[in-house]
Amino acid sequence: MSGHSNYIPKTGFERWLDARLPIARLAYDSLVDFPTPKNLNYWYTFGGILALCLGIQLVTGIVLAMHYVPHVDHAFASIERIMRDVNYGWLIRYMHSNGASMFFIAVYAHMFRGLYYGSYKAPRELLWILGCVIYLLMMATAFMGYVLPWGQMSFHGAVVITNLFGALPLIGQSITTWLWGGFAVDNATLNRFFSLHYLMPFMIAGVVILHVWALHVTGNNNPTGVHVQSKADTVPFHPYYTVKDGFAIALFMLMFAAFVFFSPNALGHPDNYIPANPLVTPAHIVPEWYFLPFYAILRAVPDKLMGVLLMFGAIAVLFILPWLDTSRVRSLRYRPTTRMYFFIFVVACLVLGFCGGRLPDDYVIPGLKSFQLLDADLNSMVWLSRFATAYYFAYFLIILPVMGLTENPLSQPKSISEPVLSHSAALPVGAAASPEKRG
Amino acid sequence: MADSVTGANPEHGADGDDPSRRDFIHIAAGVAALGAAATVAWPVVDQMNPAGDTLALASVEFDLTKVQLGQSVTIKWRGKPLFIRHRTGAEIAAAIKDDKAVLRDPATDEVRHKPGKAEWLVLIGTCTHLGCVPTFGGGDYGGWFCPCHGSHYDTSGRIRKGPAPTNLEVPEYAFLSDTVVKVG
Repeated sequence: MSGHSNYIPKTGFERWLDARLPIARLAYDSLVDFPTPKNLNYWYTFGGILALCLGIQLVTGIVLAMHYVPHVDHAFASIERIMRDVNYGWLIRYMHSNGASMFFIAVYAHMFRGLYYGSYKAPRELLWILGCVIYLLMMATAFMGYVLPWGQMSFHGAVVITNLFGALPLIGQSITTWLWGGFAVDNATLNRFFSLHYLMPFMIAGVVILHVWALHVTGNNNPTGVHVQSKADTVPFHPYYTVKDGFAIALFMLMFAAFVFFSPNALGHPDNYIPANPLVTPAHIVPEWYFLPFYAILRAVPDKLMGVLLMFGAIAVLFILPWLDTSRVRSLRYRPTTRMYFFIFVVACLVLGFCGGRLPDDYVIPGLKSFQLLDADLNSMVWLSRFATAYYFAYFLIILPVMGLTENPLSQPKSISEPVLSHSAALPVGAAASPEKRG
Repeated sequence: MADSVTGANPEHGADGDDPSRRDFIHIAAGVAALGAAATVAWPVVDQMNPAGDTLALASVEFDLTKVQLGQSVTIKWRGKPLFIRHRTGAEIAAAIKDDKAVLRDPATDEVRHKPGKAEWLVLIGTCTHLGCVPTFGGGDYGGWFCPCHGSHYDTSGRIRKGPAPTNLEVPEYAFLSDTVVKVG
């Protein structure tokens, strides 16, 4: 998309097209000839996997919309009709509902990879921010999609999430009424959620185009974090990464299919197979797994407004990350101390997810009553999520800014090729350097 | 300078590029365009607010004879649950006793029911935290308990413990007769 092009139109038709709409040139430059660092590992395959996830959600979603009825009296029944009567409806719906989870698995892997290898650092700040926008749109889309079946979890999830905006002072109540289109979550709400749920994936697709465009301007980051310096550092995208991505996609689809065919409801919640009843709230209300860490942050704070602000802040902080990390070294491969903090950060995220799925008063260590600290037992999910929340924010706001100034990074290779081609003693164990000299 | 402003085409005038006049036209045109955009944007935003028929359905009448002493009935009002509770003497006494307790959202039991109708409590049945429906009989204060995030309300519907910031809301309602209330 940027720089010079090596595309040579071969047939008369291609020359005719190229002079009018150089779309074949665009495809060739971005998907075939695109110079890609030659050391990308499997963590770099999630971009391709995500593109496929978006495609699957779009296709299955458009098909589901042909059978779904966005009305409070018919929504639940129309989903059951899709499951029982529509030809292959069960397959398409299970692909769509599990597809959402697969999408989030892939996006979290993609994001943690970016965090680890410093892919958000200059000159890729905008690339990262566009990714954050996609993530935000994904969350909105997934939330609204989950409301559409109009089960108990759908309904009360919608109530809780829309009420979050009610925490804002002065304008909160007007905003929730505006979001609902009434005095409660009702038919008007369901209708607009359906409309927006259909719209947003196309917005995501639009931002994905910008994301890929930005990627193709700066080029891929790579596990060393060192810039591409010459042609020796790159290989063409095709066939090297089409094949590598293809293999990763095949493995990912294996997991996807295992969920769809063998445990399609494992990631869902049984209460959502009860039709929505505005007069009774399920005893244990939880969001889908991919929102649990944020739900835990919300519940960790005893104040309603602060809880909401902190929850949104957990995402907002990602947007300014490129300027919070002060280090000149991109990859955590060469930042051993920060790397340790990074792995603790991953654990903190998992802990938050764990806490989000439990009741706040549940014991962390079963049966052990410790002592009351302020408003809750120290051995409760409340305190565990508070510690994890504190670490989550400290990682971005304290650890990354300070580590960049204080830590002594290891020496980076001079180029992507160097650690492979040189005979340095610092060669990583198992690297396939100079195979001709072996045995 | 003055004659070039009134007469000559500024593009071609020797010294006719009067910045203040050109700026004014640019700013005026820009503001007009913004205003036009805003007038078009507002209907698109406002259409999401409650529609006329939604507002028209906003009141409901209820016959209290259906509720026995010590019983509560949940009806739907404006899409939300509405609790109508026929309180026992013990509940009323407990609520009055707690008027002097430390309350997060201070209110006496007196102001939470209509004068002389202490046995009838009419409340909007959504937790003031995040809108779940509390259940009666749970919690530490003999009133309502919200299962979502653990808010405890007393027999007057006042918040006593948990994350909810305010008491269960008392809707606008009136007794049409001794046995019929109109809510909304």
